[in-house]
Amino acid sequence: MAINTDKNIYTIVFASVMVVVVGSLLAFLASALSAKISENERLEKQQNILYAMGVNENKDAGSVNFIGTEDVAASFGTYIKQQLVLEGDKITSDDAAYLIDLKKEETNAKAGKTRRLPVFIGEKDNKKFFIIPMRGKGLWDAIWGFVALDDQMVVQGVYFDHKGETPGLGANIKQRYFMDDFKGESIMSNGKYSGITVAKGNNDPINEIKDDNEVDALAGATITGDGVSAMIKQSVALYKPYFKTIATN
Amino acid sequence: MGILSKKDTALILDPLADNNPITIQVLGICSALAITAELKASIVMAVSVIFVLAMGNVVISLMRNIIPSKIRIIVQLVVVATLVIVVDQVLKAFAYELSKTLSVFVGLIITNCIIMGRFEAFALANGPRRAFLDGIGNAAGYGFILVVIGFFRELLGSGTLLGIKVLGDPIEKTGLYAFGYENNGFMLLSPMALIIVGLIIWVQRSRNSALIEEN
Repeated sequence: MAINTDKNIYTIVFASVMVVVVGSLLAFLASALSAKISENERLEKQQNILYAMGVNENKDAGSVNFIGTEDVAASFGTYIKQQLVLEGDKITSDDAAYLIDLKKEETNAKAGKTRRLPVFIGEKDNKKFFIIPMRGKGLWDAIWGFVALDDQMVVQGVYFDHKGETPGLGANIKQRYFMDDFKGESIMSNGKYSGITVAKGNNDPINEIKDDNEVDALAGATITGDGVSAMIKQSVALYKPYFKTIATN
Repeated sequence: MGILSKKDTALILDPLADNNPITIQVLGICSALAITAELKASIVMAVSVIFVLAMGNVVISLMRNIIPSKIRIIVQLVVVATLVIVVDQVLKAFAYELSKTLSVFVGLIITNCIIMGRFEAFALANGPRRAFLDGIGNAAGYGFILVVIGFFRELLGSGTLLGIKVLGDPIEKTGLYAFGYENNGFMLLSPMALIIVGLIIWVQRSRNSALIEEN
């Protein structure tokens, strides 16, 4: 039977059937896989937090190697001693603090509600790390990450990730050589809050000078680099009052 | 006779050279310049497009007699978008690491003009078997150019290939760098991708003058 595919009614019926079929296929798939996907995302967050404080499987040089997905839950329990949520002056302990959605908190803050700020306290080799989640804007889309600080606000490690930066350019913020440069840089400069600038042409490509609040930028990725600078500056600034309280203790 | 007839072989081989989607038809330029700053990204993109175009071509070809011609572009778009999302979701659930590598490419695959072009020009008029081969051929032709561009941009721009330092260390001044060689940072910027495409087109047409259009 030949169908007259030019008829309006056929077109409408075809379009409706197509929408229903495709819609239900995608809805089915999304609900069938969502548990597995959110589990993957949960483990990834734990891996990222541990990576920032130096718990990872990195070799001497080269690529980024997280702790394996099988071990990550156990290691997270061992190394992360406390998960705190700061809400104004109130500090509460919450074992699911790492699941707090920073984007949602940002929207809440804009709507005038108090913002919940998670901070993770890690301990490794008798050293205390304060790990802070960050979120900012790259060139194309969101960038985020974690920074591990000591009580003097000196960076002990970072992890960056991005949603859609250009491969080979901005996407290199999650490369080992870029992230490693932040180690040892201070957020403070002469007692003042200054952040860390991703700077072009600072004549220090292997980052030997650790007290200049600068790391060497990525070629061809100016806006992503500026986004990283802004992200660190703005995200860590929210924790200034908290760091004052630990400094006086 | 083998599994593939002469016509079938032509479907795969033509787009690799004399009917290349990028250098001859000038399609898919946008992604060719966006992601070729390093070789690995080029390869990942090439493989993804081969998969999506071959599958999409087959689906469109199977539906070719029932697609209403008035909304065929929309139908094509829905097919390719659905395919890409399905693949993306499945990877996210079962191969999370790989899906993170691919994330940025997903949008680029959907908007790739080669895919719509082959659906429209080939799959709508041919059977699924031929459409499948055509998809493989065209995507491979596209991927081949991508890999060539990625090779030169990463080698000359960063001095590395697949992240391995092949020319020595630019900071420690070893290998070629000991003789005063410098990386060309300009290669990392998108305009250089177009210049390399231009050079490939030049080489290709000077070798085969039948490809030169007459004005």
